[in-house]
Amino acid sequence: MSATIATPAPGTTGRLTIRLVLIGAILVLAVLPVLNQLPAESTLHVSDFIVSITGKWITYAVLALAIDLAWGYAGILSLGHGAFFALGGYAMGMHLMRLIGPRGVYGHPTLPDFMVFLGYQELPWYWLGFEHFPYAVLMAMAVPGVLAAILGFLAFRSRITGVYLSIITQAMTYALMLAFFRNDMGFGGNNGFTDFKELLGMPLNTDNARAVLFYASLALLVVAFLACTRITQSKLGRVLVAIRDAESRVRFLGYDVTRHKLFVFVLSAALAGLAGALYVPQVGIINPGEFSPGNSIEAVIWVAVGGRGTLVGAVLGAFSVNALKTWLTTVAPDLWLFALGGLFVAVTLFLPRGLIGLFAKAPK
Amino acid sequence: MSDGYSPPLGRSKDSSAPVLYLDGVSVVFDGFRALNNLSLVVDAGELRAIIGPNGAGKTTMMDVITGKTRPTAGVVRFRDHDLTRLDEATIANLGIGRKFQKPTVFDALTVFENLELALKAPRGPFACLAWLLSGEARRRIEATVEEIGLTARMHDRAAILSHGQRQWLEIGMLLMQDPELLLVDEPVAGMTDQETEHTAALLVRIAGQRSVVVVEHDLEFVRALGSKVTVLCEGSMLSEGSIDHVQNDPRVIEVYLGR
Amino acid sequence: MKRPLLGLLLLLLLALPVRAQDAFTGALPGLAGGFADIATAVERLGAAGDPRALPVLRALQEGRLQKAGDGRILLPEGAGLVDAATGQPAEAAGAGAEAVRLNNRVRQALRGALGRLQILSPDPAERQAAAEAVFRSRSAENVPVLRQALARETVPRIRTQLELALAASQLVGTDEAGKRDAVARLGSAGTVEARALLLEARGGNPDLVTAIDVSIATIERTLSLRRAAETLFQGLSLGSVLLLAALGLAITFGVMGVINMAHGEFVMLGAYATFLVQEFCRGIPWLAPWSLALSVPAAFLVTAAAGALLERGLIRHLYGRPLETLLMTFGVGMILQQAVRLAFGAQNREVLSPAWMQGTLLLPGGISVTQNRLWIIVFGLAVLLLVFAAIRLTRFGLEMRAVVQNRRIAATMGIRTGRVDAMTFAFGSGLAGLAGVALSQIDNVSPNLGTGYIIDSFMVVVFGGVGSLAGTLVGAMTLGIVNKMLEPWAGAVLAKVFVLIAIMLFIQRRPKGLFALKGRAAES
Repeated sequence: MSATIATPAPGTTGRLTIRLVLIGAILVLAVLPVLNQLPAESTLHVSDFIVSITGKWITYAVLALAIDLAWGYAGILSLGHGAFFALGGYAMGMHLMRLIGPRGVYGHPTLPDFMVFLGYQELPWYWLGFEHFPYAVLMAMAVPGVLAAILGFLAFRSRITGVYLSIITQAMTYALMLAFFRNDMGFGGNNGFTDFKELLGMPLNTDNARAVLFYASLALLVVAFLACTRITQSKLGRVLVAIRDAESRVRFLGYDVTRHKLFVFVLSAALAGLAGALYVPQVGIINPGEFSPGNSIEAVIWVAVGGRGTLVGAVLGAFSVNALKTWLTTVAPDLWLFALGGLFVAVTLFLPRGLIGLFAKAPK
Repeated sequence: MSDGYSPPLGRSKDSSAPVLYLDGVSVVFDGFRALNNLSLVVDAGELRAIIGPNGAGKTTMMDVITGKTRPTAGVVRFRDHDLTRLDEATIANLGIGRKFQKPTVFDALTVFENLELALKAPRGPFACLAWLLSGEARRRIEATVEEIGLTARMHDRAAILSHGQRQWLEIGMLLMQDPELLLVDEPVAGMTDQETEHTAALLVRIAGQRSVVVVEHDLEFVRALGSKVTVLCEGSMLSEGSIDHVQNDPRVIEVYLGR
Repeated sequence: MKRPLLGLLLLLLLALPVRAQDAFTGALPGLAGGFADIATAVERLGAAGDPRALPVLRALQEGRLQKAGDGRILLPEGAGLVDAATGQPAEAAGAGAEAVRLNNRVRQALRGALGRLQILSPDPAERQAAAEAVFRSRSAENVPVLRQALARETVPRIRTQLELALAASQLVGTDEAGKRDAVARLGSAGTVEARALLLEARGGNPDLVTAIDVSIATIERTLSLRRAAETLFQGLSLGSVLLLAALGLAITFGVMGVINMAHGEFVMLGAYATFLVQEFCRGIPWLAPWSLALSVPAAFLVTAAAGALLERGLIRHLYGRPLETLLMTFGVGMILQQAVRLAFGAQNREVLSPAWMQGTLLLPGGISVTQNRLWIIVFGLAVLLLVFAAIRLTRFGLEMRAVVQNRRIAATMGIRTGRVDAMTFAFGSGLAGLAGVALSQIDNVSPNLGTGYIIDSFMVVVFGGVGSLAGTLVGAMTLGIVNKMLEPWAGAVLAKVFVLIAIMLFIQRRPKGLFALKGRAAES
């Protein structure tokens, strides 16, 4: 199986340092929207662009946490988390589309523009209920969760592990992408959803909405981080690590490995879906391109770069790789894919413990 | 919610009834008979040694008992349970523990955590999430650490233990499972003489409270166990009896020393 | 009952040429008369079936036919004129000669007559066109000449058309027995045209409705069989593409256990190698026809070299860590894709198929197959055989199997395992290059060519079972055929989804695939 990755068991002082650093980082993030309100001349002013892109990265960090929980701890390398993220995004997108109401180009009271254009007479049944915010949020977790449950049940039960599982999750992602590209699926085909107007009564694309979404994402990140910490430090976390390193041995200890893996996989998928649901109103668009298998695997490399098997590493990786991407795609767009490909190679060959491994001590 | 956990079986049931009962068990892989009409009975509290040349079917027999391999034919019973229908985890929870030939402990976890995972307790994900280490559980783990002689290394990660220490840790994990039947596959392979002696004593001490089946190559070690011996060859039982009996059995001499 | 009729028909046919001689010379003078006479003469000439009538009618149609003052019909030939009746050169036409004029009635008669006559023309293309014209004209009078033509026609395609025309002509006639016969023959013809004809005749022939319906049912059965055969062919062809892409994986993933996500990019490199060879050969006329043949070794060598480089440079450092290998090779694939995109541009490059691979082939039973897909099936099976031979019959194959089964013992026997690893990986990668050559013939050559196939190829390996060529073959063909079978009623996308679900369910029962290794060997 995979090489053993240390779950660092830092002493109390080390743990305290990490906590202080984390709290500091959260505070720095939290003031960004405040600094955005400062007059533009002020040296401390933070641009709209920074706020919105940081908000986006925070949702990526939640996605990274979800991937790390499954991969770093339970050894389930899913190449389908981009799809779970996109499904959550689509659930929120459907809600946002319903909120447009008669303000669409065609002015239809209930049907979104693309449905009018495609000649729909009424909303398809699976669109019902999405006008309610809580329902949409529930679906953003439930749809990826149920999909993960079905896929995971079939795969884990027949003991499909390692790269086989990765390949199958990738095939699922690919099939979903093809499906969402189709017009007759009722999800806007190629163009997906865009031109959103409002959410929870506040118009999107305003400072206010940006700040609210930013804080919501930050809150999700904090809650998700705490929840993942709780899980990984419980006995369940140790069972997962044991499964990662020697699955069949865990079975002979009497653990129902399928159920443990299923638990973490479904939870992870639902978390990814929730991240996607917060991502979509911030970027203002969701389309089938989000399902592209490349997206899923790119998210995996965030975790690898940061350091899998550590929650801090996953978050760090998501921020640093995306910062690099934003910078590089502005200064030298052609080079970005080389850099990303290079990251895949460099991290796997030279930095198996990721950036965190540079700071943390090597295992005793 | 059932957590894949079954309450401890009444030890005092009928202690004269066999714990493990194999009858006419065959396993065929692509035409190769790994087990051929094998029968074996292990009584409660018995210590049994199983020897045999390479490829005799010792490990396959363990696989069949623990649910890793399904027999092509035959009966495999543990108490009242038909083991051919159950999966590994269920069988383990019935009270059958297994130590592998190659020591498999969880390298990323400490000695204490390894034992904690093995400790008999609800096994479901939610139960594990809510699990809090009680004082009694802690005492049991510490007692076992003491028994396997790893007290000094209790909070070291298993990855850095020596080979012998890993073997003992795995035996310790078996004890934490509190099984009624222990299957131990080549426990002294690669051990020093001193470690071997220590292991034999440990196993003898364990037997009596539970049934133990030991698969071993090392005849000196088997002699040290002082138990009934079963000799396997080509998937079937060749001879059974005391170590002296089987060592003088001409058929055994033939397969071990060649004609 | 049938036999005497046939005999009579034969007699009639034998007698025809003799009578035609008379009919031809007898009809000619009519051409010199008024429009009504001309039309009658044209019809008689057409019915006579005399080869000499053809140039006459053609000349008439083109307005070049002359009538002399004495009523002789003169046919322009070269610079002069000949007497149409005798074929003798006519001395200077004299002042009385004038062109025979046409009106609509004559033109109409001409078309039918020419059609009937051209059916007997020595030029097959002309006969084909004529048969189609006669079919469209739907006249009962065509029956005798069609019979005559059928008796000597040997080209199958024209025969089919003639038979269709004959049946069509019989159906508009009054001969009840002929009609019934025609309906039966149309039924066994089993073509879309025959069905259309029967449907057309159904309204006008109330007493034939039952027979017609029987025939239509027969046709539908034939057509659905043909569709099934064509679906099967398309499935086999898709399966061959998958087979080619998956064979390399069967070596690198199946045999070596190395998961190479850049395999699709190797396929893409193979396709670009084909493109480059084509561009190189374009300038050298004698080489141009061989460009595709040259591409095969070129693509193999390019991708094999890339594979060896990848294995020695990167992958070997990650042996035993499959998940890391997966990520690393994905990164390599990304770099390769972007490099090709920058070097060649993102747009599609065109690789031309040689002439012998173009067009469609009509198999017996009316099954049409495209030549390039047929060749891909042949190519795929040939590569499979070569791989089999390489593994089973060569020293390299022996060393490869030895290293896979027991690396340490192989090493102690003096096999340089590192070299064998590199060569095995290069071999698998080279096979990806061959897949690229094949794909360049049916798909656009673009930087992301490989991505569309790689996932399906992995499914083939998962489904077929790792490390078994038979599994790869059966897996590829099954996936190809099932995909094509589902497509008509589920669409290409849903077909893919169904296949994925089916594979998921399948591996519930056979987790190690169709052709799994069993026993101890499969444990590791």
